[in-house]
Amino acid sequence: MKEKRDLKIQAIENGTVIDHIKAGQALNVLRILGISNAFRATISFVMNAPGAAGIKDVVKIEGKELSVEELNRIALISPKATINIIRDFEVVQKNKVVLPSYVEGVVRCINPNCISNSSEPIKSKFSVLQSEEEGVILRCLYCEHVISENIAENLL
Amino acid sequence: MKDFSRKEIDYVLDTAEKLEPVARGEERSRLLDGKIIALLFFEPSTRTRLSFEAATQRLGGQVLNLGSVEASSVMKGENLADTIRVISNYADLIVLRHPLDGSARMAAEFSSVPIINGGDGSLHHPTQTFLDLYTIRRESHLEGLKIAMAGDLKYGRTVHSLCHALSLYGAEITLVSPPELRMPLEIVRDLQKNNIRIRETDSLENIIGDVEVLYMTRVQRERFPDPEEYEKVKNKLRVTGDLLKNADPSLKILHPLPRVNEISPEVDSTPYACYFEQAFYGVPTRMALLALATGVIE
Repeated sequence: MKEKRDLKIQAIENGTVIDHIKAGQALNVLRILGISNAFRATISFVMNAPGAAGIKDVVKIEGKELSVEELNRIALISPKATINIIRDFEVVQKNKVVLPSYVEGVVRCINPNCISNSSEPIKSKFSVLQSEEEGVILRCLYCEHVISENIAENLL
Repeated sequence: MKDFSRKEIDYVLDTAEKLEPVARGEERSRLLDGKIIALLFFEPSTRTRLSFEAATQRLGGQVLNLGSVEASSVMKGENLADTIRVISNYADLIVLRHPLDGSARMAAEFSSVPIINGGDGSLHHPTQTFLDLYTIRRESHLEGLKIAMAGDLKYGRTVHSLCHALSLYGAEITLVSPPELRMPLEIVRDLQKNNIRIRETDSLENIIGDVEVLYMTRVQRERFPDPEEYEKVKNKLRVTGDLLKNADPSLKILHPLPRVNEISPEVDSTPYACYFEQAFYGVPTRMALLALATGVIE
């Protein structure tokens, strides 16, 4: 049994492993990192994998270390995710994602009348706040609209 | 409006007061001599545009008008960012009114000259708030004001920013609206967080004896699917001579105008009516903002 599970989450030689992603959010993690068809590195991911603290998703990106700024965006949709930088099969760095205070070009403003949803040459801009009651809150720097739920659904 | 501290607001209002004799035509000023103010109005607003024109000309400045949007390059598909980049080469300041939320903030990113937000989308109209504050200060007082806001409190952007600004002066705010048009909960919560006392009611009669300023707004028919409902609400939120029999003698009634029938014409000649004076105060307030933004007054 143990071996089979190990096969699912195979070790990588060099790259980035994003662990403890909120179950079901792995694809959104790829989106938030801007990983598309053009991305050349090998990517593998597991969804709904059993972990010590319940089910989780895991994403592995081989041969590429992403910047801290890029990785911290993951906190918008999965604040408990951890980042492992792997070199020669060893974890050389392990960090929790840190919620950024500002994001640009990552999320679409939910206000259809916002200038950032028009054809102007600008990127969406949000300040990021964390509230105990409502979790992560994004406030549009153009129109001041607030996004407090379903952030993943509004990823660009 | 939230970007302004109380100190900054006071400074704008003090400047407006100094310029008021110029706005009345009693004194002459050349403060904006040699300055060109571009008025870019992407949606119609006669009152705001004319008062900016009057303010500029009273200070000896020149106005550059976009004219109608239909006749401009906007119709050829030019985006706002490019329009701003071009016009900021022609003028010393741009007053922008645009239908999209956040357009003034974006314009400021692309402009090489200051931008004054003359109303963007459905959310902000800061120069209106400044003139409302100025009117209250001139005709009543700002500190610890007992004010009622009545009418469409859900969609009315003027009341939202005015409430926020008044919270800097420790106001007691009464909200008078039909249940369908109540002030959005997040704004009420924000005000309460600032220790502002808020009470809500649906009738002017209950509160008219107990407020120093009544800020009326228009209730739009199209907000009500049922015309009968609209008629009921309309009559409950109507200022008449009868209603004012119970008013505090120092009461002042404000309205951003245009009004439809929420203030009956018989009120116009009473000492309570302040809405036409309020429209005039738009001129010294906008003069102050123009002078401060262009840097001719520091």
